[in-house]
Formats: sequence, C-alpha cells, structure tokens
Amino acid sequence: MDGTAKILKFELQDVLRSKWMILYALFFLLLTEGLFRFGGNQSKVILSLMNIVLIIIPLVSIVFGTMYLYHSREFIELLLSQPIERKKIFWGVYSGLAIPLSAGFVLGVSIPSLMYGIHTSQEAGMMGMLIVAGVFLTFIFVALSFSISIRYEDRLKGLGLSILLWFFFAIMYDGIVLILIYTFGDYPLEKAMIGVSLLNPIDIARTLLLLQFDISALMGYTGAVFHKFFAGWTGMIISVVFLMLWVGIPLFSGQRIFNRKDF
Amino acid sequence: MIRIVGLEKSFKKLEVLKGVHFEIKPGTITAIIGPNGSGKSTIIKTILGLVKPDKGEIFVKEQKLNGGSSYKKAIGYMPQSARFPENLKLDELIGMIKDLRHNPADCDEELFTQFELEKEFLKPVRTLSGGTRQKVNAYIAFMFNPDILILDEPTAGLDPISSSFLKDKILQEKENGKTIILTSHIMSELEELSEKIVFLLDGKICFEGSADLLRINTGEDKLERSIAQIMKGHA
Repeated sequence: MDGTAKILKFELQDVLRSKWMILYALFFLLLTEGLFRFGGNQSKVILSLMNIVLIIIPLVSIVFGTMYLYHSREFIELLLSQPIERKKIFWGVYSGLAIPLSAGFVLGVSIPSLMYGIHTSQEAGMMGMLIVAGVFLTFIFVALSFSISIRYEDRLKGLGLSILLWFFFAIMYDGIVLILIYTFGDYPLEKAMIGVSLLNPIDIARTLLLLQFDISALMGYTGAVFHKFFAGWTGMIISVVFLMLWVGIPLFSGQRIFNRKDF
Repeated sequence: MIRIVGLEKSFKKLEVLKGVHFEIKPGTITAIIGPNGSGKSTIIKTILGLVKPDKGEIFVKEQKLNGGSSYKKAIGYMPQSARFPENLKLDELIGMIKDLRHNPADCDEELFTQFELEKEFLKPVRTLSGGTRQKVNAYIAFMFNPDILILDEPTAGLDPISSSFLKDKILQEKENGKTIILTSHIMSELEELSEKIVFLLDGKICFEGSADLLRINTGEDKLERSIAQIMKGHA
C-alpha cells in the first residue's frame, strides 16, 4: 500500500472517533429530519437546507481544518521522521480530514431524505445537486484552511485569518457585489456579474442550486442571463471547472509550502 | 556516518546556526550540548529533514541529503515531546508506525517489555502520562534496529528506573555498533554515556572532543563546572 493510503487509513480511524465529527453528522441528520417534518413541501425543504449548508459547511470546514492541522503538528513531525515523502504525508492528512467531513454531511442529509422518499420524487435531482455542492465546499474550505495554517506558525493568527476568509466569502462578498451593481447600475453588468460570481466558491454553489428552482424569473434580466448561462451545459461545466480550481489552487500552493516548511 | 559541512540556518531574522562543521564516526555516542536555544534541536532536525538548511550540506552514510526520504529507514528518532492523534489507541499508533516501515519481521520489542507498555496498549493515547509518552517515543525509536539513533533529551521526564533501562539500552546498542547522537542537560548522563561532546554556543561549535579533554582544557575536575566556565568565558 502506498504511503498516502496508509496515513489516510489512520487519519480516518482518528477523525471518525472525534466527538466533533459525530456532532457534525448528527447536526445535519437532525436538521434535515426536522425540515422534512415541519418544512412543508420538498422543494421548500431543499431551499432551506441549501441556505444553511452554504453557511455552515464552509465555516466548519475551514475552522475544523485549521485547528486540526495545528493540533497534529507534532504528529506530522513524527511522520516526517519516518521514511515517507512529505508530499504523501500532506495528501494523506488532507484526504483524511476532507473525506470524513464530507461523509458526515452526506450521511446526515441523505438518511432522513431517503426516509422521506426523496429518491422517488421530482426533487431527487435537486437534492443530488445540493449534496454534490456540499461535498465540493467541504473539499474547497478544508484546502483553504490547510493553505492558511501551513503558512502561519501562530495559531491565533491562522484561526483568525480562516474565520475572516469565511466571513469574506460567506457574507462580505455579496455586499461588495451589491455595491458594484448599485454604483455601475447604468452599465450592462450581467455578463461581468457571471465572472464575479465565479470568483467566490460559495456563490458558484448558490447560483448553480438556485437555478434549479424556478425562482430565477424573480431576478429580472440578470436572472435571465444567469439562467441562460448556468442552466446550460457550458455554464454547468464552467462552474464545475471553477469549483475544481478552487480545490486545486489552495491545495497545490499549500503542498508547495509544506514541502519547504521547517518543522 | 554523518558529516555536516558549513551548516547555516536562520529563522526569520534569528540566526540559529552560523556555520557548523562536524563528523560523527560509526559506532560512537556523540552528545550535542549547549545552553537553551543554542541550536541543538535545529541540528538534529536538519539531519532528519524536518528543517531545511539555508546553506551547507549533510551526508548520511556518504549520501548527500537532497529532499529524498529513503535514508530515514536507517534512522530512529526520539523527539523531545510528542503529541499523538487524540483518538488512536496505543496499539493502533504502534501498528501505524510499523505499517509505514512495511512491517519488518524482526522488531526490537525489548523496551516494550521493560517499560511495561503492555498495560497501556489498549488505552487511547491522549490518556497517557507525559512519562509514558516518552517511553513510547523511546520504544518507537529503537523498534526498527536502525543504524543511527537520534535521541533528543532521551531521559527527560522518565522515572529513575525507566531512565536507567534506557541508558543501558543505549550502551548496549552502541556495543552492537550503532551510531548514537543525543542531547542532554544532565551531566551525570553525559559522563556515563558520551564518548564525544560537541559543545554548541551561539550557533557555532566551541568545543569538540571527549569529556576528559574538556576537563583538562578548562582545568576543572567536574564536567558541569568546565561547561559553565566555557559559557562564562563566552558571555
């Protein structure tokens, strides 16, 4: 077995027993169950779930990722003194965190959904998209957390930056976009807005999901342009490519620093 | 066995090593000593590839280190302290390290028995005391019969019985032809174990030789006093 796979195996043993991990899965389980029980029709349930997923997954992934890496520092030192390449340690630790976090979310959401018969309903595709988007966001924000916590020795600084980055993408970014629209309202901004939304992973996920619902009509001309772009195959492929870039770029920059880092 | 040539390293603006040269011959015990912050751990970590040098070269078994990791097969390392993954049990941790070294058949289990780690085997690592963790570190370092043993303050935190077990083990491995590098602040230990002392001060080597030579050079008959005298002379 390859070094990465060995480290992954033991990371899984460790992370899956963490009480935070179990709480995280339980949170999604209870949330989904509650929404189905009290939330009315299924498409409304998915919409509410989406609003929570888009905030919670990035927050938990980036905070948990940062703390976990700081916490495993001495263990990584122990691994580094063994005959394994640094690269393999990095990938082992990353996948050992991103995979169980994704699994917690997927299981937590899908068990109640299946119990309420989502797989036989019209909304199955929408729920599928939501789960894929959630998994992407987990991989992206764990990657971002790694590229931060490897760069900064100071735990407080690293954690602060992580939370700031989450705040920027989850909350501030939309405000900035609104200011842009307000300021340059006299110009045709629709196409530029598509570009702007591709620069924020949470926005990509949100747009992809929202356009599955028939509410884009409420968003006027911009909504129509967005709908034309994101609902078509090209738009879909471009969004997925951008989501992958959002996983890849922080990961590879993190791995490069990890290779040169002093422990 | 290990040759260090012109090693320099600074962390941001702090110069830790300012051109260190020395050679360690096979089958010897070398102690690196010096005040806190003099760069002992940094030297050890550069040999292990945990810290990348700014300048200089390190040769382990005549092979120049260049970022590869296979030379670490010949090294057993006991760090100063270690935190292990919280939720793993000791047997899983040991299993993992063995697995990473491809499960060799002839593991050295002597320290495992002497330290009575059997009792702790099924406990989660986070519940182990500091001393027990040190025992685990020692056991892991000796486990794979490495040609080179690097021990960073090996007996710190161990009770007298375990400490003497470990010292016996170190001497025994030396008899078996192993090359051993250790750091320590405990004078009796240095007198007992080391054949050669490398004295590090302000990122440079200010003395290299046997403990007897150090005593003769400084005209003191206690090792501790000789060391103190060198440090005062520098200040």
